Amino acid sequence: MYEQWVVTALLAWPMLAAVLVLLAPPGWAKHLALGASLAEFALSVPMWWTFVPAGGMQFRADAPWIPAWGIHYTVGVDGLSLFLVLLTTFLVPLSVLGSYAYITSRERQYYALLLVLTSGMVGVFVSLDLFLFYVAWEVMLIPMYFIIGVWGGENRLYAAIKFFVYTFFGSLLMLVAILTLVYLVGERTGTYSFSYEQIMAGLGNLGPTAFWLFAAFFLAFAIKVPVFPFHTWLPDAHTEAPTAGSVILAGVLLKMGTYGFLRFAFPFFPAVAQHPVVEAVIVALSLVGIIYGGLVAMVQPDFKRLIAYSSVAHLGFVMLGIWALTLQSVQGALLVMINHGISTGALFFLVGMIYERRHSRLIEAYGGIARVVPIFAAVLTIVSLSSIGLPGTNGFVGEFLVLLGTFRSHPVAATIATTGVIVAAAYLLWALQRVIYNPLDKPENEKLLDLTPRELAVLLPLLACIVWMGVYPKPFLDRMAPAAQHFVDTVKAR
Amino acid sequence: MSLDLSVYGDLLTALLPELVLTGWGLVLLLVVASRHRTAADLRLAGWLTAVAFATTGVAVWWLWWHSAHAAGLATMIAVDDFRFVTDGLLLVAAGLTTLFSFGYLEREGMLAPEYYVLLVFGTLGMMLMGGGEDLMVIFLGLELMSVCVYVLAGINRRSAAGAEGALKYFLLGAFASAFLLYGIALVYGATGSTNLTLIGAQVRTLGLAHNTMATLGLGLLLVGFGFKIAAVPFHMWAPDVYDGSPTPVTAYMAAGVKAAAFAALFRVLVEGLSGITAWHQIVWWLAAVTMLVGNLIALAQHTVKRMLAYSSIAHAGYLLVAVSAGGGLGSGAFLFYLAAYILMTVAVFAILAAKGRDGERDVTIDDLAGLAQHHPALAFGMTVCMLSLLGFPGTAGFIGKWYVLVAAAGAGQGLLAAILVIASVISAGYYLPVIMAMYMKTEPSAEAHAGVRLDPWSRAVVVAAVAGILVLGVQPSRLLDLARASGATLQAAPVTPTSSPAQLSRSGH
Repeated sequence: MYEQWVVTALLAWPMLAAVLVLLAPPGWAKHLALGASLAEFALSVPMWWTFVPAGGMQFRADAPWIPAWGIHYTVGVDGLSLFLVLLTTFLVPLSVLGSYAYITSRERQYYALLLVLTSGMVGVFVSLDLFLFYVAWEVMLIPMYFIIGVWGGENRLYAAIKFFVYTFFGSLLMLVAILTLVYLVGERTGTYSFSYEQIMAGLGNLGPTAFWLFAAFFLAFAIKVPVFPFHTWLPDAHTEAPTAGSVILAGVLLKMGTYGFLRFAFPFFPAVAQHPVVEAVIVALSLVGIIYGGLVAMVQPDFKRLIAYSSVAHLGFVMLGIWALTLQSVQGALLVMINHGISTGALFFLVGMIYERRHSRLIEAYGGIARVVPIFAAVLTIVSLSSIGLPGTNGFVGEFLVLLGTFRSHPVAATIATTGVIVAAAYLLWALQRVIYNPLDKPENEKLLDLTPRELAVLLPLLACIVWMGVYPKPFLDRMAPAAQHFVDTVKAR
Repeated sequence: MSLDLSVYGDLLTALLPELVLTGWGLVLLLVVASRHRTAADLRLAGWLTAVAFATTGVAVWWLWWHSAHAAGLATMIAVDDFRFVTDGLLLVAAGLTTLFSFGYLEREGMLAPEYYVLLVFGTLGMMLMGGGEDLMVIFLGLELMSVCVYVLAGINRRSAAGAEGALKYFLLGAFASAFLLYGIALVYGATGSTNLTLIGAQVRTLGLAHNTMATLGLGLLLVGFGFKIAAVPFHMWAPDVYDGSPTPVTAYMAAGVKAAAFAALFRVLVEGLSGITAWHQIVWWLAAVTMLVGNLIALAQHTVKRMLAYSSIAHAGYLLVAVSAGGGLGSGAFLFYLAAYILMTVAVFAILAAKGRDGERDVTIDDLAGLAQHHPALAFGMTVCMLSLLGFPGTAGFIGKWYVLVAAAGAGQGLLAAILVIASVISAGYYLPVIMAMYMKTEPSAEAHAGVRLDPWSRAVVVAAVAGILVLGVQPSRLLDLARASGATLQAAPVTPTSSPAQLSRSGH
């Protein structure tokens, strides 16, 4: 029973809750939203146990939606999407709790948007119908646009519209590609259907059109990931968004791009994706992303911007892992996606918390605060180390697997990517030194308050994940392995 | 129900909706002649008009429900689902316009009940355009509609801008009518008929696919229609006229006039002139240029009404893509998009009418700043309209655009589909600032939105239209089926032409 309704419930509940939050008295909004998102998380947790690793696509639901066009409401979860769904439901309650003090105006609308966004994000990861996928992909744009534009920093209007237009442009090209794909497949098989599985089954050889279709999908996903050179919207959006917005952006929204590659772009057009030139270009872009993202992060005076650029580097690892196309590298890529959501999410929370106290995101505004706020400093250190990929933390497992897997198919690329880890150590440790060590020379910093219990409640689950996944990643890897293997096999078989 | 149009009784049955509306128009004239002084008289005329549109709608529905169709050759008026659905859409546009005129006319002190008479006769003209099976009927319908709308555009006698717009519209419209008439004459010269079905058959039997006279006639017809639908390069009048007219009239023009002209254009192209090969090329270019130019110029607009004028030009381009795709998919896409477009347009102008005062020429996008704080419902409605116009999922505009893209992809017009997509991205550049102003900027002064209020009937219009946009965006299946089935009735019927030797010798070989 649970298997059949859980995904639909995960999609419907936040929408319903959003309406409730909008109608509630203003003071209740955040508590209601917290309760609703915790309920959503509780709803999703049993998936961890009921999920059958070798079971392929499960938790399926299917109903006709617009039969005239072959559009169905088809949802399901497999090893590729399970953890992304769980990551989403895990991060949302934390984001709500993390917004308690930060969001002071128009609270009802804010939390309602956050809940609608949850539906959109889950929708992207569970859709098995290209129409539904496209709708979910676009629908989550609006709440994020508002969250950045209404509750963001000083430059929020610019950041919001840039975020919107970049994504919108990419997704509309994807729309044309989806239509053409359905039309081509329909011409061949006689049934026009947007079903993911039917398209996969009837795909065949698309000839030269495949390249253009892949290019359209690539652009849509590459903007979202973001792959260098499509990343310029990211620093603005991440920096201007309110804390929870940044957390969700980095934690979940970027993963939609890499998930899109894993689920759609690569399996649909394996011949194009594995064409030597295309592959060389994408691997090169991933490496540029890793190195360039790290180097640019190093010189950022703004801590939030530094983390934003570090995302470019982390997602470069994911792209590299996908294109290296070995079991380890794909597993590693999946793991880095989750890790990045946890570690970078935690980093954004921490920067947000210190910003709420000092109203500055500049690294140079701090210095030596470890003496004033020891708990904050300790947490920041652990999270930074996890983001660097220190053994014993989650970051290490993912990046190590990516590098290991990549080394087997692309030894040179793996070698270059390894330097990215060093760059990561450089920018984060240097930032850490300037923020929490060095002399305590600013009088404003002497009276900073340490983390409150509420803030600790936000951070402790993330810290627990960092340690758990760093020390004992086996349950995660076990659940990912069959899906990753299936991905590698199907793609290589074509 | 099979109607033999050569029998009087059946012909009258086929014309039932038009007859009902004409009857109401005459009643309204009599009422207005004796009562035209007070606001109560105005309300009376308004209610009669609303009832007129409703009963006409019932007549259309009755014919549709009995699946009326013409037995044998339709001579003057078409009897098919395409006509019934366009009639329904036109009546929805006219009815909604009527409802939100109530409060507007009183507020602006325009105690002119003839406003409603013109609305009724204009709508009658539109219905004749959408249902005309003969170029002469279409022309008569177009003239009837145009004359009414010329007057409506300038009905606010105290507004200089209104007078300017109306004069401009009249002069250019007269030109366009002349082009249209000349085109009809040339088509008649080439084929010996003004009946669309006969023209279609003659084009095929006489091999007129590349005939110069017929092609020239087609070109002139397209100029005439292009003016009414405000396609680039015949769009110059639209911004000034939209800007200067009272807001309900603008909505009526943007939704109704455009829809009627499009319906006539579609019918003429599909039934009559589809055999002339040049039309694909011409419509393709019209669509591409209209989309790009409309959207690009809209980016530079500051006042909401002018921005919407250019946006409606851009939407004419999207509709032209459906026309260009043709076939069953194209006509279905066309009807669905038209329905979505009418809802969005009426809703957006109804909301705008609430914001503006004294002719509201000058409501700039920045004037909307902070609207969401004081009027969250209005701002929400506006946002839904903007997102629907942008073609965002969850709204009718998205399904419409999707349908048009499907039709274009199905007709092998990938490039046109790509241009549509690029145009849509450009349009984000002017629809989003409206949302941005309402939600993300603070109001210029505390009293900025003091007088903003929707009267109950306008509110009903906005609620109905916005709900329609959202419902059609999520559950479009029924309207899709209707649009597809009705669009399919528009295929050129396989008729053996009754070409006399005299006609053949006249046809210019």
